[in-house]
Amino acid sequence: MGPLVPDIISGEFNFMIALIVGIGFGFALEQAGFASTKKLVGLFYGYDFTVLRVFFTAGITAMVGVVVLNHLNLLDVSIIYINPTFLWSALVGGAIMGLGFIIGGFCPGTSACAAATGRVDGWAFLLGGTIGIFAFAEGFPLWKDLYLAENWGPVLMFEQFGLSREVFGVIMILVAAASFVMTQLIENKVNGKETRWFKPVIIKNTILVATPVLLVIMVMTTPNRTEVMNTRIDEKIAAGECNPQMMDADKLAYELMNQYYKYNVIDVRSPQEFEAFHIPTAINIPLDDMHESRNLSIVIQNIKINVFYGADINQSQRACMVSKYFGKSDNFALKLTANEFNQQYFQLSQVNFEGSKSEVDLFKFRQEAGEKLKEIGESVANLDKPVEKKETRVKGGCS
Amino acid sequence: MSEAPKKYMNPYLAGFFLGFVLLATIYITGRGLGASGAFKSVVIQAVNTVAPEHAASADYYADYNASNPEGPMKSWLVFEMLGVLIGAFLSAVAANRVSLKLEKGPGVRNRTRIIAAIIGGILFGFGSQLGRGCTSGSALSGMAVMSFGGIITMLAIFGMAYMTAYFFRGLWIKKQ
Repeated sequence: MGPLVPDIISGEFNFMIALIVGIGFGFALEQAGFASTKKLVGLFYGYDFTVLRVFFTAGITAMVGVVVLNHLNLLDVSIIYINPTFLWSALVGGAIMGLGFIIGGFCPGTSACAAATGRVDGWAFLLGGTIGIFAFAEGFPLWKDLYLAENWGPVLMFEQFGLSREVFGVIMILVAAASFVMTQLIENKVNGKETRWFKPVIIKNTILVATPVLLVIMVMTTPNRTEVMNTRIDEKIAAGECNPQMMDADKLAYELMNQYYKYNVIDVRSPQEFEAFHIPTAINIPLDDMHESRNLSIVIQNIKINVFYGADINQSQRACMVSKYFGKSDNFALKLTANEFNQQYFQLSQVNFEGSKSEVDLFKFRQEAGEKLKEIGESVANLDKPVEKKETRVKGGCS
Repeated sequence: MSEAPKKYMNPYLAGFFLGFVLLATIYITGRGLGASGAFKSVVIQAVNTVAPEHAASADYYADYNASNPEGPMKSWLVFEMLGVLIGAFLSAVAANRVSLKLEKGPGVRNRTRIIAAIIGGILFGFGSQLGRGCTSGSALSGMAVMSFGGIITMLAIFGMAYMTAYFFRGLWIKKQ
């Protein structure tokens, strides 16, 4: 379902959302004390680790949220914006920003908060920031090579370490929790405060850390919706309940020749196989992608009867089950596989004309059907294609 | 304005709230938060207005203008940053924290603080362009979606700040 932009929320309204989100962002930053430069810099001298606490808690909260929403099929993580990795510019840029942080005492977001609350140094930092960006733009040819070097694309952290998203999430939570404890100790030491371990506080904090860990573990152990669907269908097949209505190839050919518009012929093989040969008027939805929402809207059409075919009968029967699982009742599985259909109608071997009349008639029908189907296929090729819905990665980041 | 400023929110609670805002942003728009991008829009708009010929000839502006035909100010981040200004102001009003002042380390002169803030801003602005995002857009949002680039940028920012903190301690803490 998510992200809601651009399919559900679009265009101009997106800017309203930006404004509202910004208000929440600014409010949170100011409430945390991020408009105060001394509070920010405290992180680097050990007297105030608020920044680390807020930052890590925010990152972990959002991260766990993304993991959970992804698991519930509410958020499509394959299209959300991932900052691309350009190794050298990330490291050098980060180092320059770090220097700016310690000298200026702000980062861009917090300087805006400081400016909004009347701090003159915040305004000075904002002014500096625009000068810095201007300098970067003016001298761009000089650092263009560095800027574009080592483009790794949108790499993800857990992929780099060969872990799953969930395992990496748990590691991050534990690292964050450990850093909270450590920095509290350091902070107390720097400020000359004694560290005391109260039992109720320890218990409360342990629960707070355990909650996100448990959430992620639940995500790891419970199957997602696709897995649930597949196990249910597997169970039914194992129990012998997979007996969809079968459609005879000659019947399909006849129906297509006379009223192709009533049928939704769906090829559940891979796009490559579909490209090589497919029954005229058929559309291609690979079996593994059928449960995706963009495909379901094509599969579930009230006025049409679905006819599935694939590389083997199991494939087409399973496709019927998936379609039925999502509430479509008129499903047929073609008795023939794609290749058999191809041979029967388009690569006919000569028949013995001396043979029985019915054999000859059948041969003639199939030959004629093959030609007619080709014609129909060509003429509706451009009419009947479902509108392709492109799901592109969202643009974002600070560019 | 006789009331004393209220205490800041518990950092973990504030972090949770911030994380929730970030999550909502990702869910609704498919992208994270940001800050420096809005500054960039301002800079490019200024250059477009003041020196249109230059904006057309220099690669950086020309590329940006080509990929943003509606103009640099009509960008998601500009509206988001307007919101940040409003949100921060509202929060500070609610907590009695609005005041015209200059915050600095003990014994630091006003002029020094202002110059340091400007220099810091220049470095941060420059670095954010090179690193494709600042602490918000790259580090925080990158962490939420577990982007490798975002997390190494974050490590570089904080690593460098820690490494050089000793040399700039005069700006922030009392010399021992």
